[in-house]
Amino acid sequence: MATLSPTIAIKDVRPGRGGAGVRPPAGGGGDGPEGGGFSDYGARLRRARLGLIVGLTSVLMIFVGFTSALIFRQGVPTLDERTGQYIHDWLQVNLPIPLLLVNTFILLVSSVTMELARRQVTRQAALAPVRSIPGVSVGDERGFPWLYVTVVLGLGFLAGQWMAWRELADRGFSVATSPSSSFVYLLTGTHAVHLAGGLVALIYSSAAALLHKPVEARRIAVDVTGWYWHVMAFLWIYLFALLWFTR
Amino acid sequence: MATTAALHAHAPQGFIRKYIFSLDHKVIGLQYYFLALVAVFVGMALSLLMRIHMIWPTAVLPLIGEIKPETYLSLLTMHGTIMVFFVLTTAPQGGFGNYFLPIQIGAPDMAFPVLNMLSFWTTFVGFVVLIAAFFVSGGAPLHGWTGYTPLSALPSAGPGEQLGADLWITSIAIFCIASLMGALNFITTTLDLRAKGMSMMRMPLTCWAWFITAILGLLAFGVLLSAGILLLLDRNLGTSFYVPLVVVNGQIMAHKGGSPLLWQHLFWFFGHPEVYIAILPGMGVASQILSTFSRKPIFGYKAMVYAIMAIGLLGFMVWGHHMFMSGMSPYSAFAFSVMTMAIGVPSAIKTFNWLGTLYKGRIRFQTPMLFAIGFVSMFVSGGLSGPFLAQPVLDIPLHDTAFVVAHFHLIMGVAAIFGIFAATYYWFPKMFGRMMNETLGKVHFFATLIGTYCIFMPMHYLGLAAQPRRYSQFTEVAYLHRLIPLNEFITYVAIITVAAQFIFLFNLFWSMKKGAKASDNPWEATTLEWSTATPPPHDNFGGHTPVVNHGPYEYNVPGAPRDYIMQTDPVTAEAH
Ligand code: HEM
Ligand SMILES: [Cu+2]
Repeated sequence: MATLSPTIAIKDVRPGRGGAGVRPPAGGGGDGPEGGGFSDYGARLRRARLGLIVGLTSVLMIFVGFTSALIFRQGVPTLDERTGQYIHDWLQVNLPIPLLLVNTFILLVSSVTMELARRQVTRQAALAPVRSIPGVSVGDERGFPWLYVTVVLGLGFLAGQWMAWRELADRGFSVATSPSSSFVYLLTGTHAVHLAGGLVALIYSSAAALLHKPVEARRIAVDVTGWYWHVMAFLWIYLFALLWFTR
Repeated sequence: MATTAALHAHAPQGFIRKYIFSLDHKVIGLQYYFLALVAVFVGMALSLLMRIHMIWPTAVLPLIGEIKPETYLSLLTMHGTIMVFFVLTTAPQGGFGNYFLPIQIGAPDMAFPVLNMLSFWTTFVGFVVLIAAFFVSGGAPLHGWTGYTPLSALPSAGPGEQLGADLWITSIAIFCIASLMGALNFITTTLDLRAKGMSMMRMPLTCWAWFITAILGLLAFGVLLSAGILLLLDRNLGTSFYVPLVVVNGQIMAHKGGSPLLWQHLFWFFGHPEVYIAILPGMGVASQILSTFSRKPIFGYKAMVYAIMAIGLLGFMVWGHHMFMSGMSPYSAFAFSVMTMAIGVPSAIKTFNWLGTLYKGRIRFQTPMLFAIGFVSMFVSGGLSGPFLAQPVLDIPLHDTAFVVAHFHLIMGVAAIFGIFAATYYWFPKMFGRMMNETLGKVHFFATLIGTYCIFMPMHYLGLAAQPRRYSQFTEVAYLHRLIPLNEFITYVAIITVAAQFIFLFNLFWSMKKGAKASDNPWEATTLEWSTATPPPHDNFGGHTPVVNHGPYEYNVPGAPRDYIMQTDPVTAEAH
C-alpha cells in the first residue's frame, strides 16, 4: 500500500503497464488543460500506438472476412446448366507475377525507408530539448528525406498495382470473369485503398514538417504511420501468397 | 490529435463548435442519444403499420393508402434495420457510453475526440442514407434486416431491390465504419485514460460492458463490412460470390456458382455478436442501478466481469444456430447447439447475481430501479426460449415462425430498450441538472411492461401454432383463422403501448425545462459521475483529476459513516 498523503492511500494498484493504475494526475495526456510538457507527449505517443493496434485489428478483421469468403467460395461446386453436372468454376488466374514481384520489392524497400524516417524523427525528438539549450550545437539533424522517399515508393507501388490490373484485364481476367479473378481484384484493391490511406497520413506528416509543427507532434504522426506501413507491407505479402496458393 | 490540447484548454464558443461539430464526448453522447430517439420513433411507426396490415390487409390508410405485400416487406426491413443498428447499437453504446465512460473512469474526454466526432457524423450519414431508401424509385428493400441473398443481390428480384437495396447496403457499410471508429475510441479510452487508482477491477460494471461491447464491435463490424462489399460487387459488377445459377421471372441471371450460405455465415458471424452488442450495455446499466437502489454491493462483482467476458467470447462461436435450417451437417449443428447452450451459463450467472443483489436489499422503487428490474424480467422471459431454439430438432419447426420473433423481441428488443429507459431515468439528473417526473415515469413503466408482455408473450403461442414470420398476409389462410383474434389483440395492445411512449417523450422534454432541480448526487450513488458537478463541466472534473480509492459498489459498508462510500472518498482509518 503506497501512501501518498496522510489521508489518501492507494490500494490494489499495480505500477502502470499500459496506463493501468499509477499515473500522476497531471499526466492526463494531450486532452488535459495542462497541455505541452514532455511527459505529455510520451503519454500521447503511447495512446496513439494503442489506438493504432486497436484500429489495425479491425482492418485485419476485414481481411479475415475476405479470406474466409475466398476459401468458402473456392470449395463451392456449381451446377453446370449444359451438362447437369456439378463442376468447379474457379478458373486459374494468370497473375502477372514479374510485375507483382517488382511491386513487392518496391513496397519492402519503402518499409525500410519508412523505418529510417521513423528513427530519424525519433532522434530529432529526443535531441529537441538539448537543441534548445543556448550554446549547444548538435549539428544539422535534417538528414536524408526518408519520408519523401517513402511517399514516392508508396506511389510507385500503387502505380505498379494499377499496371497489374491493366495487365490482368489484357489477359482476359476482369472482375466478373471467375470468382478467382474477383478475389484478385477485391483483395489487391482493398489493400491498395488501405495503403493509400497510409500515404495520406505520410503526406500529412511531411506537411507537418514543412509547417513547423513541434517535432514531438510530428514524431507521433510518423511513428504511428510507420507501424501502419509495416503492417500493410506484411499484409501484402500475405495476400500475395494467398492469391498465389489459391490461384 | 495534435490540436486536442489546445481545444480542451477552454470550452469552445459558438453554436456550431459547441453543439454541432463538438469534440466534447458529452455533447457527442447526447447527439447519439437524440439520433436514436428519432430513429426509435420512426421504427415504431413502421411496426404499427405492419401490425395494422397483418389484421386488416386491405385497409386503406390515410396518407399511405393500401399497404401492398411488397410495401409490407419494405416496412419489415426498415423496421428491423433501424431498430437493430440505429437504436439498439446507437443509444446504449454511442449515447450513454460516450457520455459516461470517460466520466466514470475519471478521464477528461475520450482518447481521440476528433475521431469521436467523426464517428457520430458518420453514423448520422448512415441513417440519412438508410432513410433515403424510402424515397427512391422502387422504394425500400424487401430482404429483411438480415439481407439474405440471393434476394438482396438481385436488383430484378423486386421493386425495393433496385436502388433501395444499394442504399441499404451502403448505409450498413457506413454504419460499420462509424462503429469501428467508435470501438477504437472506447477501447483505447478504457485502457489508457483511467484515473489514478481506477484499476480495471474497480471499474463500474457499465464500463466493463461498454469495453467488452467495443471489442465485440471491433471484431464483428469488420466482417460485416467485408460481407457488404462482396454484396455490392455482386449487385453492381456482376460477380458471383453469393448468387448461384438462378432464374428470376423466367429469365436466367448472369450469375453463376455463388453461395447464399456464404452470406449467411458472414452475416451471422457478425449478427450473433451484434445481439450482444445490443444487450451488454443494458446489463451493465442494470447492474449499476440494481446495486444502487438496493443499497447493496453488486452480488459477485468478479463473477459479473468474467461472465461478460465469457459471453463475449462464446458469442463468436454460436452463429450457426441461426442456420440450422440451411442444410448444415448434423455434426456442425450439434457443435453450434452445444456452444449455444453453453452461453446460457454466463447469462444465468448474471441473472442469479442480479437476484442476489436484490435479495434482502433496502430497495428504493424509483423509476430507474423499476426499469432495471424490468430489464431482468425481460431478459429472463426472452432468454428462456433461447435454449429451445438452440435444439436443431426444435428449431426446425420453430425457425421462421413468430416464436423466434417473440424470443428476440423480448430479449433483445424490449430488454435493451428497458436498459435504455433505465439509463435515461438514472442519468437524466446528471445530464440535464433536473429530475424526471416520478409519477409519469411510473405510469410509463407499468404501461410499457404490461404492454410489451401482452404483445410478445402471445407470439410464442402463435409460433407454436405455425404462424410464419415475414409473411405479409395470412388472414386468408384456413389453418391460421383461429389465430386472428389473438393477432387483433396484439395489434390493439401495440397501438396503446406506442401511445404510452409519448408519456416518456413528454416527461423527457418537460423535465429538461421544468423538472425539480437535481443535486450532484440525487441517488446517493458511488461512482465518479456523481462526484462532479451537475451537469459536468467541460473537462468533467473542473480542472482536477479525481483519485479513486474505492471499488464501484461500496454500499452499506460496516463502520462507514453513511450507507455508501463514493469511489473518490478518502480511505479512512476505520474502513481499513
Ligand atoms: C441463452 C441465450 C440464448 C440462446 C440459447 C439463444 C438462441 C437463439 C437461437 C437458436 C436463435 C435462432 C432461431 C431461429 O432463427 O430459428 C435465436 C435467434 C435470435 N436471438 Fe437468441 N439466444 C439467446 C440469447 C439471445 C440474446 C441475449 C439476444 C439479444 C440480445 C438474442 C437475440 C436473438 C435474435 C435477434 C434472434 C433472431 C434473429 C433473426 O432471425 O432475425 N438471443 N436465438
Ligand atoms: Cu444468435
